[in-house]
Amino acid sequence: MISPKSTSTVHDNPFMKPMEWISLALLAAVIFLVLPMLLDAFRLNLVGKYLTYSFVALGLVICWGFGGILSLGQGVFFGLGGYLMAMFLKLEASSVENTKIQSTPGIPDFMDWNQITELPWFWKPFTSLPFTILAVIVVPAFFAFVIGSAMFRRRVGGTYFAIITQAIAAILTILIVGQQGYTGGINGITDLRTLNGWDIRTDRAHNILYFVNGGLLVACILFAQYVKRSKLGRILVAMRDKEDRVRFSGYPVASFKTFAFCLAAVFAAIGGAMFTLQVGFMSPSFVGIVPSIEMVIYAAVGGRLSLFGAVWGTLLVNWAKTTFSESFPELWLFGLGGLFILVVLAFPNGLAGIYRTYVEPRLTRRVKALEPAPAVALPHAAE
Amino acid sequence: MNAALLPSHIIGAAPAEKNFLLAVEGLTVSFDGFKAVNDVSFYVDPNEIRVIIGPNGAGKTTVLDLICGRTRASSGSIKYKGTELTKLSESAIVQAGVGRKFQTPSIYDDLTVFENLEISYPRGRSVFGALTFKRDAEVRDRIEEVAGMIFLKDQLLERAEFLSHGQKQWLEIGMLLIQDPELLMLDEPVAGMSVGERIKTAELLNQIIVGRSVLVIEHDMKFVEDIAHRVTVLHQGKVLSEGSMDRVKNDPKVIEVYLGH
Repeated sequence: MISPKSTSTVHDNPFMKPMEWISLALLAAVIFLVLPMLLDAFRLNLVGKYLTYSFVALGLVICWGFGGILSLGQGVFFGLGGYLMAMFLKLEASSVENTKIQSTPGIPDFMDWNQITELPWFWKPFTSLPFTILAVIVVPAFFAFVIGSAMFRRRVGGTYFAIITQAIAAILTILIVGQQGYTGGINGITDLRTLNGWDIRTDRAHNILYFVNGGLLVACILFAQYVKRSKLGRILVAMRDKEDRVRFSGYPVASFKTFAFCLAAVFAAIGGAMFTLQVGFMSPSFVGIVPSIEMVIYAAVGGRLSLFGAVWGTLLVNWAKTTFSESFPELWLFGLGGLFILVVLAFPNGLAGIYRTYVEPRLTRRVKALEPAPAVALPHAAE
Repeated sequence: MNAALLPSHIIGAAPAEKNFLLAVEGLTVSFDGFKAVNDVSFYVDPNEIRVIIGPNGAGKTTVLDLICGRTRASSGSIKYKGTELTKLSESAIVQAGVGRKFQTPSIYDDLTVFENLEISYPRGRSVFGALTFKRDAEVRDRIEEVAGMIFLKDQLLERAEFLSHGQKQWLEIGMLLIQDPELLMLDEPVAGMSVGERIKTAELLNQIIVGRSVLVIEHDMKFVEDIAHRVTVLHQGKVLSEGSMDRVKNDPKVIEVYLGH
């Protein structure tokens, strides 16, 4: 009965199954070889921007797909990561020399416009790049930890959690827009120029940042894969199924949910920081409710149970967005909404689900057909 | 020490110092004024099999919910090996050694039988512990041993959703067994089983209750008679009678509200 292939699951799961290695190789080939060869600098930078969203989708796969915790406020963490990085870049762009026409030279231009005469205390540490990089990871994680612990310990879950995260996204947007002098307001933080003296606006810099971004994405996928195949990954799935059973098996359920939420937040923040670096600005339009929901759609289209699907889904939806909104700008949002409804109704596991149901079995059969049928030659392997 | 000399069989007069595994005293819970459990006291000895019976709505499941922390008591105390459980979190209660089986089979459909048992293995229960958990020989051996006991050795790699109802019940019993709790609480372990499965389950329960205390809710009187050391009868949230099955069966109060119908 037991096929020789499946006995391996009783032993420690391999880090990745052969099919997953193929998926990773395929994704890496597309990101690092195919796209850079096919696309011009402008388009490649655009793809780089899309890939920063896929960090968010990747986090949603862990948090929503595996853990069943739907967050409609991932833009908050994407934005936090982006803004923290932008603060560093803005300070560097606001050297006394660059801003000597301001009434207070040496502070960001929007502060000067808002009659602020001194750099606020929470901006000061962002003159240091190591501090900024640390903050990009730690601040969103801490923020997610506070939200997560507060809600999950009180057993707030499901729709209520989704609504609250949405409210947080709205609050943060309002806060950023309202506190113009400290945040740059509705325009965001713009006119970012250099990273430690290195001009990030050139094509060459865009190119390098694209590859750094791709490398970070692969690193995040590998870490997500580690979590997925660890017992923690199985506990997340178990919790989604039967939360009470997990609780009464001796697990502090709230801590596990908080972990998943924090991990998703950190992924999103890394994406946000890379967004700022590649696009050259950060604004509240990437923080609020609409971008947050769009990011959920990326994960849903790609397949909320698939780490790779999340990346493909993000690329596909954004490619469609760019293509269609260039020709039919007013119709695009309807298209996006329709796509979401279609996916949820017809393909609940998204692209990855379609791949797994229709493509993978054929692929496996074809691979088996190429080999000289070991199952027949070695019947004892099946015990 | 003197406590051992005191009589302990008298209901409600049990001395606090005696080494009960579980001492429930004056337990009350009210839901919007309705007292689902009203001033319930009972004591479970180490290695005792105690069955709780009673008509529907008597508060049996609520008592188990209170012990495992799923419902919080309005007043009263639950002492397990001298530790007050009413203040502990659910996971801390499990880690103290109390295991609970739910009425409907509560297993993880999306995981394999092996993974279901693995999650219940009492190691790596913190976030970091779960991240670094290694599926070593000790874990595998224990899971295979338990799988053998619950008649699921050949289904280890099957997804749990494809098991029959009876097999799901066994799996959940196995998940408790692997936790090795000192106090095992079973809510209707043979409900919805075929006759064959029922016999196998009774056999299984007789095997796993060795060396631990068990608190069982069950309606099947034949089954109760087979396993119970003592029986507690609940009625409308209160203890109606307590003692051996014979004594309880002949208690006129019990006959009136429960067995007589």
